[in-house]
Amino acid sequence: MVDVIIIGGGVVGCAVARELSRYSLNIALLEKTDDISNGQSKANTAIIHGGYDAHPGTQKAKFNVLGNKMYDQICEELDVPHKWNTSLVVSFSPEDHESLEALKRQGIENGVPGLSIIGQDELRKREPNIGSTAYEALLVTNGGIVCPYELTEAFAENAAMNGVNFYREAEVTAIEKEKDGWKVISKAGTFTAKAVVNCAGLYSDVINNMVSEDKITIVPRRGEYYIVDKKFCDAFHASIFQLPTKMGKGILVTPTVDGTILIGPTAEDIDDKTDTRTTPEGLAKVLKFASLTWEHIPARNYITTFSGLRAHCDRNEFVLGEAPDAPMFFNAAGVESPGLTSSPAIAVYLADRITDKLGAKKKDDFNPIRKGIPKFREMTDEERAMAISINPDYAKVVCRCETVTEAEIREAIRRPVGARSVDGIKRRTRAGMGRCQAGFCTPRTLEILCEELHISPLEVTKFGGNSKYLDSYLFEKGDHEDA
Amino acid sequence: MRNVDILIIGGGPAGLAAAVSAYEAGARNILILEREENLGGILKQCIHNGFGLHTFKEELTGPEYAQRYIDKVLEYGIPSQCDTMVINITPDKVVTAVSRGAGLEHFKAKSIILAMGCRERPRGSLATPGWRCSGIYTAGTAQKFTNLKGLMPGRRVLILGSGDIGLIMARRMTFLGAKVLACVELMPFSAGLKRNIVQCLDDYGIPLLLSHTVVDIAGRERLEGVTVAKVDPKTLKPIPGTEEYYECDTLLLSVGLIPENELSTMAGVKISPATNGAEVNENLQTSVDGIFSCGNVLHVHDLVDFVSEESAKAGVNAYKYVQGQLAEDEETLEVVNGFGVSGAVPQHISKKLDEPITIMFRPRGVYKDAKVCIDVGDVQAAEKKSRILTPGEMVTLKFTPEYLRKNANADKITVRVEAQQS
Ligand SMILES: Cc1cc2nc3c(=O)[nH]c(=O)nc-3n(C[C@H](O)[C@H](O)[C@H](O)COP(=O)(O)OP(=O)(O)OC[C@H]3O[C@@H](n4cnc5c(N)ncnc54)[C@H](O)[C@@H]3O)c2cc1C
Ligand SMILES: Cc1cc2nc3c(=O)[nH]c(=O)nc-3n(C[C@H](O)[C@H](O)[C@H](O)COP(=O)(O)OP(=O)(O)OC[C@H]3O[C@@H](n4cnc5c(N)ncnc54)[C@H](O)[C@@H]3O)c2cc1C
Repeated sequence: MVDVIIIGGGVVGCAVARELSRYSLNIALLEKTDDISNGQSKANTAIIHGGYDAHPGTQKAKFNVLGNKMYDQICEELDVPHKWNTSLVVSFSPEDHESLEALKRQGIENGVPGLSIIGQDELRKREPNIGSTAYEALLVTNGGIVCPYELTEAFAENAAMNGVNFYREAEVTAIEKEKDGWKVISKAGTFTAKAVVNCAGLYSDVINNMVSEDKITIVPRRGEYYIVDKKFCDAFHASIFQLPTKMGKGILVTPTVDGTILIGPTAEDIDDKTDTRTTPEGLAKVLKFASLTWEHIPARNYITTFSGLRAHCDRNEFVLGEAPDAPMFFNAAGVESPGLTSSPAIAVYLADRITDKLGAKKKDDFNPIRKGIPKFREMTDEERAMAISINPDYAKVVCRCETVTEAEIREAIRRPVGARSVDGIKRRTRAGMGRCQAGFCTPRTLEILCEELHISPLEVTKFGGNSKYLDSYLFEKGDHEDA
Repeated sequence: MRNVDILIIGGGPAGLAAAVSAYEAGARNILILEREENLGGILKQCIHNGFGLHTFKEELTGPEYAQRYIDKVLEYGIPSQCDTMVINITPDKVVTAVSRGAGLEHFKAKSIILAMGCRERPRGSLATPGWRCSGIYTAGTAQKFTNLKGLMPGRRVLILGSGDIGLIMARRMTFLGAKVLACVELMPFSAGLKRNIVQCLDDYGIPLLLSHTVVDIAGRERLEGVTVAKVDPKTLKPIPGTEEYYECDTLLLSVGLIPENELSTMAGVKISPATNGAEVNENLQTSVDGIFSCGNVLHVHDLVDFVSEESAKAGVNAYKYVQGQLAEDEETLEVVNGFGVSGAVPQHISKKLDEPITIMFRPRGVYKDAKVCIDVGDVQAAEKKSRILTPGEMVTLKFTPEYLRKNANADKITVRVEAQQS
């Protein structure tokens, strides 16, 4: 029997795992797919929201503001790239002034520091490339950006370092009440646990509804994006929102911590929780609205398009804490935006509740520090020379566009909760995320996966399941390899 | 810091030809840096024949063609360092490279020849809607898997784009037992060489769907099929109602090449938006003194023979530069792309040009019974008739300096096509 089972390896599940790993507890995290950070946490806008946006008094407002304040420490401890690049909420007409004021008042009520409204001159001085009809803007100085999958990986690695066991391809299919806890049936085996935490994102309704009569419904709300080449990294500095509408925060244009520019997302409610397609309509809509902010989007410089599904709850609110009719079953359900921003605070909140009830003690050997994989592209020449002298694989650049070396790829596989697929390597190192989108590095990345995991090239996948790369050998195996 | 007279970055056909010609011109302190384990560049994986018709008057495979140059490099004793990746170049020609053997090294070069080749444009750049499943490869990646690794990507294949690499892979995949359903081309004409269309598609009954594109990609994990639609040849937008679904497990992309100029940019070399390569003068010298560019990193070539020819010139000029014999071009004329012309190279020509040079460009469209002209100012200086011009085939045209003397007041050189667009 374990103490706690966490269901779901997104940013929330992994943050909860890390918070709980401060205590003397036996913890297991069960993730459905082949990797952590495969759901909402990999495909989002990556903004550390200021907190002006949610209605005062809601969980969304509270945890947004609390989470935002934790980022410096979390990112410092976990070595995760983030940047306080500020957010701007831009209006396009004088009539909207009152809406900006209202947004500002709401922010102040939520406890957001440093909000002000700036006019044309200031706006254009900050963002010379902003669309000609931009009128004024709410300046949010505590708005930032972060690498969302690296944050998730960092939480997971640090949790694993501190004793949490991760199980992947471990979909939870049923949960049953036991005398003093829960029986959790998963594709990786059956567990019994004193407490269960539901961090299943889009499926947090399914998991909640397995044990509680307090039913919730999660609606997948799709958001589609474009990514623009790093060449345009100087086009915008702040994250540029347009004044919000009912369906969400509108289409925005924002730099990423990696230097690309992200444009999107749309907001469309769909029926299928797995439908992460991009659509002609969605992509067209992104460009149409974004062109208000960025008049000349460089069409020949897209790197890729993608979509993410938000776990929108019918209560329009995060569902956090112990279910009313299911003791020792805790929810982090319906965590949509600003869920990434809120995740560190949600984790502390849940860990407090859970450890209280379990009477768990803090351990004295918890290590809060996790170091990222040293990035060749960010090193000085001296550091590079040193890195190569210690590990010659640092001299082998595999991904040319992002300058990722073989050493980094191997380490991404060897780390705790390491990569098992090509996309897993991509999220951990950026290999294949650049302008050629893995055209050149795929064959080598695939070989390294085979070497490290002792598998055949035919077994290598893009993201688990049947997403295999290769069909067959052209020659009888062994014919050409023996000599 | 190691001192080198001529440092060549890239050991593909461009870099090799530049090295050989520099040596033959008299240079002795040359070094080739190549990031792969072997010299030869992309030709290593081009095991089909059709190389060298111009240069050697015989049909060679890619590796055979490359080997001719590699043999020369060995014979002359020109040093090359493989497994060595250049990661930085400064405007004053300090080059940083890394290798397993030597770690991080700095080189100080008197002259640099950029010969880094190009890479393929991926699906993402097309923003094709649909699933992001496995089974989608650039044609070159599939070529690497089949020809160098002995691995087969899939069984039922559709090809998007009709560039030469895509066409050649259509035939190759057929040889290897796959079913190639069609080759789908957005434009009303192919981007590949005529001979490749005949030898790679027609001979195997593979349909070429002109004015078509892929509008949807199906398959949650592995590719299951793609939807193809007709496009309006004017707007290039898909025509609703013309969609057709092709069940396949593999989509190969041959949708364009991007010269690999990250290093050039670091060195401060000015890049032409028309070619995505460096802007050069008639000596193939870039905007940075002493840095030359040739081969696919300068502009995408159809035939390796032209790459070798161009690169040989870069090699000789780099040596002249090192010797202090390359005339400074105080006054240059800009080469302007006129009607029907895109990406003319070189972009600048010295008023003091003293020997004939070749101007290369790609036609913007298909032109029948066309004439290609070069004007110095308003005076026509050269012309060449052509039965058909297509964007798939690069045009070369000789230009002699006498017209520069005759028309000394000219302010530009224009390259243009005279024809009806068909
Ligand atoms: C388009 C979009 C834009 C966004 N923009 C922002 C933003 O800019 N700023 C911000 O703060 N937030 C943003 N968010 C919200 C943020 O991404 C999410 O709130 C956050 O990632 C939620 O993390 P999670 O761990 O709850 O969910 P997820 O990352 O979805 O993780 C849930 C995990 O549970 C697993 N799982 C599901 N069912 C089971 C099962 N039965 N058994 C085992 N495992 C299971 C899934 O596979 C998945 O890995 C955005 C979200 C989207 C989709
Ligand atoms: C699939 C395919 C089929 C073709 N078919 C034909 C044909 O039938 N007939 C024909 O005539 N032509 C054909 N070609 C065209 C011909 O191969 C190319 O024009 C020619 O290879 C270009 O030569 P290059 O030296 O410019 O580039 P490449 O061959 O790409 O060589 C560039 C070299 O530079 C190296 N390099 C790049 N960056 C660095 C760095 N930072 N540090 C160190 N080294 C670096 C690369 O590793 C590479 O070896 C074909 C090309 C392809 C891809």
